Amino acid sequence: MVKRTEQRIKVLVTKVGLDGHDRGIKVVASMLKEAGMEVLYLGMYQTPESIVRAAIDEDVDVIGLSYLSGEHLIFTPKIVEEMKKNGLEDILLIAGGTFPAEDIPTMEKMGIDKVFRAGTLTDEFVQYIVGNLKR
Amino acid sequence: MKKSIDIDDMVQRLLAGDRRAAARLITLVEDGMEKSHEVMKRVYPHTGQAMILGITGSGGVGKSTLTDQLIHKLRKQGKTVGVVVVDPSSPFSGGAFLGDRIRLQSHSQDDGVYVRSMASRGYLGGLSRSTYDVIRIIEAMGMEVIIVETLGAGQDEVDVIHIAHTCLLVLTPGMGDDIQAMKAGIMEIADIIVLNKADLQGANTSLRHLQSTLSVASLKGKEWIPPIIQTVSVASKAENIQGIDELTAAIARHHEYLQKTKVIDQIKFERVEQELGLIFKDELQKLIFKGLKGTGKKKKYINSIIEARADPYSVVEEVLNTYLVPRQ
Ligand SMILES: Nc1nc2c(ncn2[C@@H]2O[C@H](COP(=O)(O)OP(=O)(O)OP(=O)(O)O)[C@@H](O)[C@H]2O)c(=O)[nH]1
Ligand SMILES: [Mg+2]
Repeated sequence: MVKRTEQRIKVLVTKVGLDGHDRGIKVVASMLKEAGMEVLYLGMYQTPESIVRAAIDEDVDVIGLSYLSGEHLIFTPKIVEEMKKNGLEDILLIAGGTFPAEDIPTMEKMGIDKVFRAGTLTDEFVQYIVGNLKR
Repeated sequence: MKKSIDIDDMVQRLLAGDRRAAARLITLVEDGMEKSHEVMKRVYPHTGQAMILGITGSGGVGKSTLTDQLIHKLRKQGKTVGVVVVDPSSPFSGGAFLGDRIRLQSHSQDDGVYVRSMASRGYLGGLSRSTYDVIRIIEAMGMEVIIVETLGAGQDEVDVIHIAHTCLLVLTPGMGDDIQAMKAGIMEIADIIVLNKADLQGANTSLRHLQSTLSVASLKGKEWIPPIIQTVSVASKAENIQGIDELTAAIARHHEYLQKTKVIDQIKFERVEQELGLIFKDELQKLIFKGLKGTGKKKKYINSIIEARADPYSVVEEVLNTYLVPRQ
């Protein structure tokens, strides 16, 4: 592990799905900022390729996906594959949003490191991020 | 997990244009790692040839959307483009919201474009010291034009106006008061004035206002009078985008002016002077504090200041005279 004298955690957050609301994810973004993180906000309408390119250029430590419109089982394998293809295994991949509880194990098996359901307290995922960085 | 970074290997990859190496090295420099000096020593000789374009202006005036349009034009001309966007860090948490990249995502599959969002990390002027090094790294990666977007300019020692060859100041209609307040500053900052959102009401009034403000300022025998370019950088239909060709032409004209008058040499000189000054400042402070701490004098000096037996100015003088001024 590289020791940084002034390590900052950089988190990419983006919303997957077409329902056109980004209020929730903006709230999450500002909470992460208040926790001292640098939040790269990509908004909506990104593809796996555009997310991964941003993650590479910006050298983020974490990618956070927000799912609200039921695309979690379709999109997850695509982003995981694109990350693998580009050797981004050292980036922590987390997801949050609304989906049936029984899908969580499936999503984690697909390669998401940790899934948070809507209503998770900020402290919980800030602590998770800080404690589980892969680099 | 990586045990350590092989700097030589990383720099080799950077010079070959590898964006992951660039991204990693930039983080190293941003975080102020010990190794960053070694990185910059290797990177520096491969820099200095890019054209650096500053884009500055208040929040929300359209800097990022203009950057997006300029990238399209520059790419059509076959030029590779690097972008550095600096956003303020929260003074309370140290965190930052980096939201400019969204506007540049249409280039996300273009290998000739590299975009990096940075937080200012405590520097108020919009840039942090490491920005200078970050720009050098992107130059070494092979980007021919580097666009640096910052909020505001000209207020700080570490500032885009010291390194940009051409600086665009972006204004919008209805900024009359701001313009009044900046009057003198405008000429200092702007090589080109962009009146963006020209589709909004009041654009013509603002244009006239700007023109009259500038014609007074420009009487003072300036060689380069900043042109005012009206633009529309966002529109629902592509054909309603306006002024981008004019803007690109103005940038090219300024570039020519810099070459012809050799003003470019002065800009390059000042850039290095600036870098050197900042590195000296940081390193000298570190060196002096380290030295004083080693001899236990740091504590003594600070306490003597608290107890009003001394003041910081006399202490600095004493220390500098003791350790730095060569004795006859
Ligand atoms: N009407 C109109 N709106 C524009 C124009 N250019 C940009 N905007 C809008 O202005 C807003 C801000 O644009 P940005 O490009 O993000 O502005 P910015 O200066 O980069 O903003 P910050 O980085 O937050 O300081 C967006 O909602 C744009 O759609 C324009 O020419 N006309
Ligand atoms: Mg912007």
